[in-house]
Amino acid sequence: MNTPRKLPGSLETNRRLDRWLRINRDGTVTVFPGKVEIGQGILTALRQIVAEELEVSLDRIRLAPADTSYSPDEGITSGSRSIQEGGVALLQAAAEARDLLLARAARRLGVSLEQLSVSDGVVTARSGGGVTYWELAAEDLLAREASGDVPPKPAARHAVIGTSVPRHDIPAKVTGAPAYVQDLELPGMLHGRIVRPPSPGARLTGIDEAQVREVPGVIAVVRDGSFLGVITEREEQAIRALNRCRRIAQWRESATLPEPDPRYLLRADAKTEMISEKSDGAAQSRAVKSLEAEYTRPHIAHASLGPSCAVAQYGDGRYTVWTHSQGIFPLRRDLSKVLGVPEDGIVVIHVEGAGCYGHNGADDAACDAALLARAVPGRPVRVQWMREDEFGWEPFGSAMVVRMRAQLDGEGRVVNWMHDLWSHGHSTRPAGKDGANLLAGWYLEKPLAAATPGNPPLPGGGSHRNAIPLYEFPNQRITNHLVLNAPLRTSALRSLGGHVNVFAIESFLDELAAAAGADPVEFRLRHLKDRRARAVIEAVAAKAGWRKSVQGDGTRGRGIGFARYKNLGCYVAVIAEVEIGNEIAVKRAWAAADAGLVINPDGLVNQIEGGIIQTVSWTLKERVQYDRNGVTPRNWEDYPILTFEEAPAVDVTLINRPDEPPLGAGEGAQGPTAGAVANAIFNAMGVRLRDMPFTRDRVVAALA
Amino acid sequence: MARRAEDDTVSATLIVNGKRHEVVVEPETPLLYVLRNDLKLKGTRFGCGLGQCGACTVLVDGKPVQSCDLPVSAAAGKAVTTIEGLGDAARPHPLQRAFTAEQAAQCGYCASGIIMTAKALLDVNPHPTEAQIRSALKGNLCRCGTHQRIVRAIARAAEEMSR
Ligand code: FES
Ligand code: FES
Repeated sequence: MNTPRKLPGSLETNRRLDRWLRINRDGTVTVFPGKVEIGQGILTALRQIVAEELEVSLDRIRLAPADTSYSPDEGITSGSRSIQEGGVALLQAAAEARDLLLARAARRLGVSLEQLSVSDGVVTARSGGGVTYWELAAEDLLAREASGDVPPKPAARHAVIGTSVPRHDIPAKVTGAPAYVQDLELPGMLHGRIVRPPSPGARLTGIDEAQVREVPGVIAVVRDGSFLGVITEREEQAIRALNRCRRIAQWRESATLPEPDPRYLLRADAKTEMISEKSDGAAQSRAVKSLEAEYTRPHIAHASLGPSCAVAQYGDGRYTVWTHSQGIFPLRRDLSKVLGVPEDGIVVIHVEGAGCYGHNGADDAACDAALLARAVPGRPVRVQWMREDEFGWEPFGSAMVVRMRAQLDGEGRVVNWMHDLWSHGHSTRPAGKDGANLLAGWYLEKPLAAATPGNPPLPGGGSHRNAIPLYEFPNQRITNHLVLNAPLRTSALRSLGGHVNVFAIESFLDELAAAAGADPVEFRLRHLKDRRARAVIEAVAAKAGWRKSVQGDGTRGRGIGFARYKNLGCYVAVIAEVEIGNEIAVKRAWAAADAGLVINPDGLVNQIEGGIIQTVSWTLKERVQYDRNGVTPRNWEDYPILTFEEAPAVDVTLINRPDEPPLGAGEGAQGPTAGAVANAIFNAMGVRLRDMPFTRDRVVAALA
Repeated sequence: MARRAEDDTVSATLIVNGKRHEVVVEPETPLLYVLRNDLKLKGTRFGCGLGQCGACTVLVDGKPVQSCDLPVSAAAGKAVTTIEGLGDAARPHPLQRAFTAEQAAQCGYCASGIIMTAKALLDVNPHPTEAQIRSALKGNLCRCGTHQRIVRAIARAAEEMSR
C-alpha cells in the first residue's frame, strides 16, 4: 500500500478539500477554518491566503464559524501555530481548488491549460471565450483528498499576501454590533450564574433552595454536589439570586494553598528531566569567572476584559453549546465525559469572545452552561461569569523559578551555561490524557478527576519552552523540574514558560556581559551564529539608535532582549527604555521581528505591539495573590494592569522573508520584552531586579 | 417613573440615542442590562460590573458614565447615548472611522467604552494633547495592549473633526 503523501499543516489530518473550501454558484467562496479568532486577526490572514491562491477578490470570501458538525478538527488555536497549521493548509487547499477549476475550465472551453488566465474567478482563454468559477462550481469539484501535487504561487507573484489588508471584523466591533458570544440572544433564552465555592478546596454542605426560589424570576436552582447554579428569566435577577446564594450557602473550606512566594516550588516534589546537554572539556578548562542568579515570576492571570460566557441548549438528549473556546473539538471530548453523553450528541459552535491570551475560563463556562441547560430542556441558557469568577477561577500562568549558573573565559565568552527551572505544568486544557479538564466536573456529586497536568512536548515545550538557549555555548545543561501537584490551577498563558525562561536567559546574559565588561548587544552577537537572529538584533539596535556601553543616568536607561519563539518560530528582539520615578515606567520600546513570509504586515505589527504592552504589564505590575484558602484578587483594584497613562510607545520593524515559511508572532515578544525591561532598569540605576513584578517595593528593597 | 402595584418593578421612560423606550424593570437594575437585554443594544459591553474597566461606558446627558454602576432609575428621562448612537458600519462616526483606519483593535471588546469616553472628551476639548487623551482614558482598560493605536485613532478623529 502506498503511504499517503504528507500534506502541509492541518491538511495532513483533514485531507478532503471540501472540508476547507466551497465554491458557490452565487459568486462567493466559503472557507471553513478550524482555527478561531481570538483577537489576533487570524481570520483576515486566512482570507488573504485563500484570495491569493484562488485568484478571487477578498470580498467574495465568506467564513463559516468553527462548528464541530462540519469544521476541520484543528485542535486548539494556540502557540502562534494558526498560520503554520491552518494557514498553510488553506494555502495548499486553495491552490489545488484553483487547479481543479482550471482543469474543468479547459475542458469546458476545449483549450489547453496554458491558454487560460484567471482574474477574480473569471477564467479567460487566450483564443477568446471564458467561464467563471461560479459556473464551474459543482458538488463533486472538491469532494476529494488533497494531492499535495500543486505548488502554491511563488512569493514573487503575491498580490494580496504581504499587504496590510484591513481586518474585516473591526468596523462592526467599533460600531457596537453584536460580535461576541456575550451578545448572543436566542429565542426564549434564560440567564444563569454559577455560585462558585469560596475557595478551591471548599465543599458545599448546605443551601436552603427555597430561599433562593423566592428571588423574583428564578426558574431553577441547579445543585449537583458542590456545583451550584441559578437560572432566571432576566440577567439582573440571576445576579440577585447569585448574591442570595452567596449569603446563605454553607461551605466547608480547607487550606490547600502554599505560601505566596514562587520559591515554594523549590521544595515541592518534582519530576526532573535534563532536556539539553553539551560538553566540551577544553572550553571548560578556560573558565576564569563564575556567576549565578535566581529569577522568579508569580502566578499571572489572563484577565480577559470580557469575563467568560457561553450559551447552551438541551433537548432530546442532545446539547448545542456556543462558546469562545480555543478548541471546540477538545472541549466536546471533555463535555461528553461531564455530561455523560456521546460526543456526537453534542454540537459545539465557536463564537468570538474578548481576547483570551491562552486557556482562560471559556471552556469552563461552556460546561457550566450545558449543566444548567439540562435543567430547562428546550430553553437556551446563557451563563456569564462575573468578574470575580474570572479572577478566582481561571487557570493561571504558573509561577516559576529559574536558577542560572555560568562561567566566562578570559576573553569574555561563556564557556559553561546551566539553567534549572521549576514550574507547574502549562497545559491543563480539555482533552488531556485522562480525566476531564472542566472546572464544574470536579465539584459534582460524582466528581470527575482532573487530567494529570503536563506540558506540551519539546521542541515547543511548556514550562521548558525557550529554556534551551539559541546562543552557542560549548558546555550547557538545561534541567526541567516539573512540579505536578499544582495547588492553584495552572494552564497555558500566552508564551507559556517562554516569558520566564527568556526573561532569565536575557537577564543573566546581561549580568554576564557586565561581568565581562562587554556591551549587551555585542555580547549577544558574540554568541549567536543564526543569521536571522543576528539580523533582528542588529535591526532593533539600529532603529533604537543603540549606543555601545552607554550607562543610564540613574533614572533613565535602555535594555535589550531577544528570543526565537519556541526556538522554531518567529525571531523577535526588543529594546526597552525605562524611566524610574515613583514607579518604574516603560516609556518606549522598539522591536524587530522576522516571522518568515509576512501575510499581513499591519496585523503582525498589531500583535507584536500588543504583546509588548501586555508583557510590560505582566512584568511591572502583575501577581495573583492568595492566602492558604484561595485566590484573593477578585477585581481590577486587587489586580491592576497597565493603564493608558502607563502604556509605552512601541515601534515595530518587520523583516520580511518571502522565501521562508510564514510563522505566527502572537507570542514572540513576551520573553524578549521582560528581559529588555529588566536590563533597562539595571542600565538605568545599576540595580538588578530578578523577581517579577518589578514594583516600587522591589526597587526600594534592591537599593537597600 | 411609575411604581407598579403587583411587584417590585417600575415602568421607566428611557431616551436612548434619541428614541423613547418604556421599560418595566426593578428600579435598581443597572442601566447596562436594560440596554443590552431590553433594548437589544449589545454594543455596550459587560467587563466587570464594578465600575472599574469602562467597557460599559455610555453618555448620560453628554457625560461618560459606567452603565454597570448606574441604576436605571437614575437614567430615566435623561438623554442616553450608546455606541450604536454614534454611527454604524455604513455611516460611522469620525471616531469609529478613525478606529478602523488605525486598526485600533485586537479583540475590540474595550472599543465601545473607549470610543464613548473619547466622544465625551472631544465634545469638551476638540484638540486634546496625547497626554490629555491618555488621562481621559484613565477609567478604561484594554487587555490586548492596543493602547497606542487607540490613542492615535482618537487624535486622528480629533483632527478630522476639526477640519
Ligand atoms: S463593566 Fe462597567 S466598568 Fe466594567
Ligand atoms: S482590544 Fe482587546 S481589550 Fe482592547
